[in-house]
Amino acid sequence: MFDLYKSRRRRNTVVLGLSIAATAIGLSWLAAILGTLLWEGFSGLSLQVFTEMTPPPGSNGGLLNPIIGSLILTGLAVAVGTPIGILAGTYMAEYGRYQKLTMLIRFINDILLSAPSIVIGLFVYEVMVAPMGHFSGYAGAVALALLVIPVVVRTTEDMLALVPKELREAASALGMPRSKVIQKVSYRAARAGMITGVLLAVARISGETAPLLFTALNNQFFSTNLNAPVASLPVVIFQFALSPYPDWQRLAWIGALIITLAVLALSIIARALTAAPSRG
Amino acid sequence: MTTAGRRPVVDMALPSSGAALPLSEERSKVLSRLRGGDAIFRHVTRAAAISVLLILGGVIFSLIQGAAPALRAFGLTFFVQESWNPVTERFGALAPIYGTIITSLIAMLIAVPFGLLITLFLTELSPLWLRRPIGIAIELLAGIPSIIYGIWGLFVFAPFLQQHVQPFMIDLFNCVPLISTFQGSCVAAPGLSLLFAGPPYGIGMLTAGLILAIMVLPFVTSISRDVFEAVPPVLKEAAYGVGCTTWEVVRYVVLPYSRVGVIGGIMLGLGRALGETMAVTFVIGNAHRISTSLFAPATTISATIANEFTEAIGDLYTSSLIALGLILFMITFIVLAIARYMLLRMERRIG
Repeated sequence: MFDLYKSRRRRNTVVLGLSIAATAIGLSWLAAILGTLLWEGFSGLSLQVFTEMTPPPGSNGGLLNPIIGSLILTGLAVAVGTPIGILAGTYMAEYGRYQKLTMLIRFINDILLSAPSIVIGLFVYEVMVAPMGHFSGYAGAVALALLVIPVVVRTTEDMLALVPKELREAASALGMPRSKVIQKVSYRAARAGMITGVLLAVARISGETAPLLFTALNNQFFSTNLNAPVASLPVVIFQFALSPYPDWQRLAWIGALIITLAVLALSIIARALTAAPSRG
Repeated sequence: MTTAGRRPVVDMALPSSGAALPLSEERSKVLSRLRGGDAIFRHVTRAAAISVLLILGGVIFSLIQGAAPALRAFGLTFFVQESWNPVTERFGALAPIYGTIITSLIAMLIAVPFGLLITLFLTELSPLWLRRPIGIAIELLAGIPSIIYGIWGLFVFAPFLQQHVQPFMIDLFNCVPLISTFQGSCVAAPGLSLLFAGPPYGIGMLTAGLILAIMVLPFVTSISRDVFEAVPPVLKEAAYGVGCTTWEVVRYVVLPYSRVGVIGGIMLGLGRALGETMAVTFVIGNAHRISTSLFAPATTISATIANEFTEAIGDLYTSSLIALGLILFMITFIVLAIARYMLLRMERRIG
């Protein structure tokens, strides 16, 4: 009897010890990645990075063109993807909350949310790059927009569902048409959460590389012509990191640092905006 | 359903108020404009919602169309052939499929126990003030873009494995019997020596699997934490009340109750691991062959596409790569569908 008690206690201690160890390992892994990134990135960070173009191997340069390219592509993708996502989320939460169609869309949307992004790149290549005959910034932006939509749909629907129905009923009772109720009452009540969704979407796409590889491709020179290949930070990091040249690898680390800081800042702001962060 | 009870309140507000009052012409004009605007808004949102379905349909359709030439040329042998030769235009998907499955398997074997142990710490052990910061830190791991894991894996993790871990493991599992008896540190398992053989390149399937494990860990943790926390406190308190240890409460109360949700979370992580591209592309070594050694360079479906697509010359080559994409999409679609179904069941149970 006493032995049984002791063995149960021992087993408990072992598992709890393992659990503490696992947490410590998980956290130290995060620390290791961020530590290396900060060390390698900050040691090369200078004003030059933001003012000069990507260099040919063996000379000095910066990351101006990929930074601008990334900003343009991300901005365009958000501008295209956000309205579609918000409207779709609106339909699911406001008009068709209990419909079969909504349940199907929610299911499909959740799958798109975690579908491999490289497949989205293949899709955009098939429908845009191949018919147009060349790689282009537009194709890259569309590929990113397709990744924005599921994130925004999900958060918009979740946040609108949290708006108390009494608010809507009160507005309807005053004779407000349904579309105005949604725009003036529901959107306002859910605004913080919806902005969070957009920020999370930006965080998600700003590091995406795979869908840009064969849509926006890359460009060694400064170009804002979206009908031609456009440089972007993740693709430049990919190319430079795998190159044998030390200056390029150094720039890859700096680019990685910039992206990570941007993404972490976005997710922290998003978290601060909503008390109860949404999953996904 | 509640629809029946809800709709009249909202939809009747407009017509009935209009009918009750004597309408001036101006007033009815305003009302009909509002009604028109209402209908337009409704249809626009509906169209946007349906576009989500169209995206999925478009992806599947265009992948099938793009993959058709390769599938027609090779038929079913595409799935079982190992060779991948752009010169002779013989393409088979077996090596990338093998690499994808093995790396994901390694990732899940590590990430699942780790994730569950961390969840156990977060939900049962951790002092309250520590819970939120650690939870956030783990979730930040999920937010880091995959290319960062890739570059870290290539420059930091792979060299570390190459210099310190792999030689040790090769020595441990592959010793010539004579020397091993002399050293006395050999594990006599011929199966394991196959798994850990060959020169220590640093990059390869094991490295890719380990990096994937780090990436999947936050997904497993955050979902299993959600479902662990959904277990009614009464159940746990009852178990503690009859004298169960923390481990016994988790093993016999929390896990059985949240099993469906945990499996859903694991499948979601698996879907992630299968489709992950950049992190793997950096460290897998990109070699189209099947080897039993986990140290050997290999390739995965997504890494093959990322590496070769822009350089693919010829329709058959491009089409074969798209066919790979189709296979990947089908596999992840099934895995993710199962994951969502499981999580939906869990949600219904919680209510």
